[in-house]
Amino acid sequence: MIRYLYANQLSQYPRLAETMFRDRASQFIDRLKWDLQTSAEGWELDEYDRMNPLYVILEGADGAHAASMRCLPSIGRTMVNDHFRHLNHGIAIRAPFIWECTRFCIAPGACSAAVNRAGALMLAGQELGLRFKLTRALGVYDASMIRIYHNIGWVPEFIGAEGEGHDRICLGLWAFSPELRDRVAEKAGLDPAIAAGWFDAAFPERQSVAVA
Amino acid sequence: MTWVKDFLERLDSTTSLDGVQNLVVELRNRLGVEHAIYHIVGGTGREYGALTYDPDWVQHYIDSQYFRIDPVVNAAFHSHRPIDWKTLNWRQPAARRLIREAVDEGVGKQGYTVPIRGVDGQFALFSVTSYDSESAWDRFGAEHLHHLVLCGHYIHQRAAEIMAPDPAHRAADLSARERDVLTLLSLGHSRGEAAQRLRISEHTFRAYLDTARLKLNAANTVQAVASAVTRGLILP
Repeated sequence: MIRYLYANQLSQYPRLAETMFRDRASQFIDRLKWDLQTSAEGWELDEYDRMNPLYVILEGADGAHAASMRCLPSIGRTMVNDHFRHLNHGIAIRAPFIWECTRFCIAPGACSAAVNRAGALMLAGQELGLRFKLTRALGVYDASMIRIYHNIGWVPEFIGAEGEGHDRICLGLWAFSPELRDRVAEKAGLDPAIAAGWFDAAFPERQSVAVA
Repeated sequence: MTWVKDFLERLDSTTSLDGVQNLVVELRNRLGVEHAIYHIVGGTGREYGALTYDPDWVQHYIDSQYFRIDPVVNAAFHSHRPIDWKTLNWRQPAARRLIREAVDEGVGKQGYTVPIRGVDGQFALFSVTSYDSESAWDRFGAEHLHHLVLCGHYIHQRAAEIMAPDPAHRAADLSARERDVLTLLSLGHSRGEAAQRLRISEHTFRAYLDTARLKLNAANTVQAVASAVTRGLILP
């Protein structure tokens, strides 16, 4: 299932949090060789994880992390504006209805499963954007991801890039729309309505009456 | 929604905090809510609010230290999305007292609060309140939540600009890499040497230099380095 969790809620899901931060270390540091820090426990954590981001996490049947991404509104501090602004001619992208999504991470495992996991996660991302009435997601991606985005059915609008070949890093915007959500769901072999239930479970309309 | 566009344009041309206050009053009237409240939270050194609450209520809230137990403030710290007050837990005795007094003192019994975070770590809240029934308030939310996010964000931005009007005195927010680039150049390294030390390509190095120059509004590299040193953004 998909969970939408703010950082301050992760302590309620210790196994999910631990496996997510470990999988991030193995994907970004071990495999992609990004110059990132790990904590004493071997978790890949950075300053943006301390800004109480909203994580979208695909949880496996065993309660462990299967795929995830990290979301923050672009009007606050963001990784893209702090570190990749030069990919947009030095101009920060800030808008109330654009959120950045970073640390798109798939747990190590079989390749075929990886595409399905990415699809489920992207479907959850579409649901988030539509329900929060966002217009676009902002993010950086490496060139190898473009093929995966095509397979998923949700391709970013390209803004700028640096580097060549495997080191090429791109900045892009992903649009939100009901049509895109349905296409992502179809490609992932999922019912588009499944994401609505995940979202409702995370953001209940009402817990208690204000005036008892 | 043309009134939202109109509101944002007028906000943009406002040059005083009194003007912002007047626009918040107008916004309250336009939305037909009981109150509209924008205020900066926490010890950032800058205290400002534009609101329609009775000053006696504000004083009472501060004197009672309600900010310590207010479920709205607590929830806003952990959220990036508007908060519907009725989804919060008001069962604690102190919170029950707060909401009971708020209803009695003319604040309202329903509310939405938009948390706002600036790039400089500032934290502000924009709220509207009402005595509407739950169902009427839900309809209001469905129609206006989106507008509240927009208005709250731009009120915050405008107020910040009015309080720090001179761009030369505002810290140009150079990224860590941009500072590295200027620092190495200020130490007399060539671009090639500096890029090598930072373990980035010369192409990437030039990109950082360009963005730093843009931010500092400098015509060339020498000016950019001089400007960054003068403003204390890098050490000479």
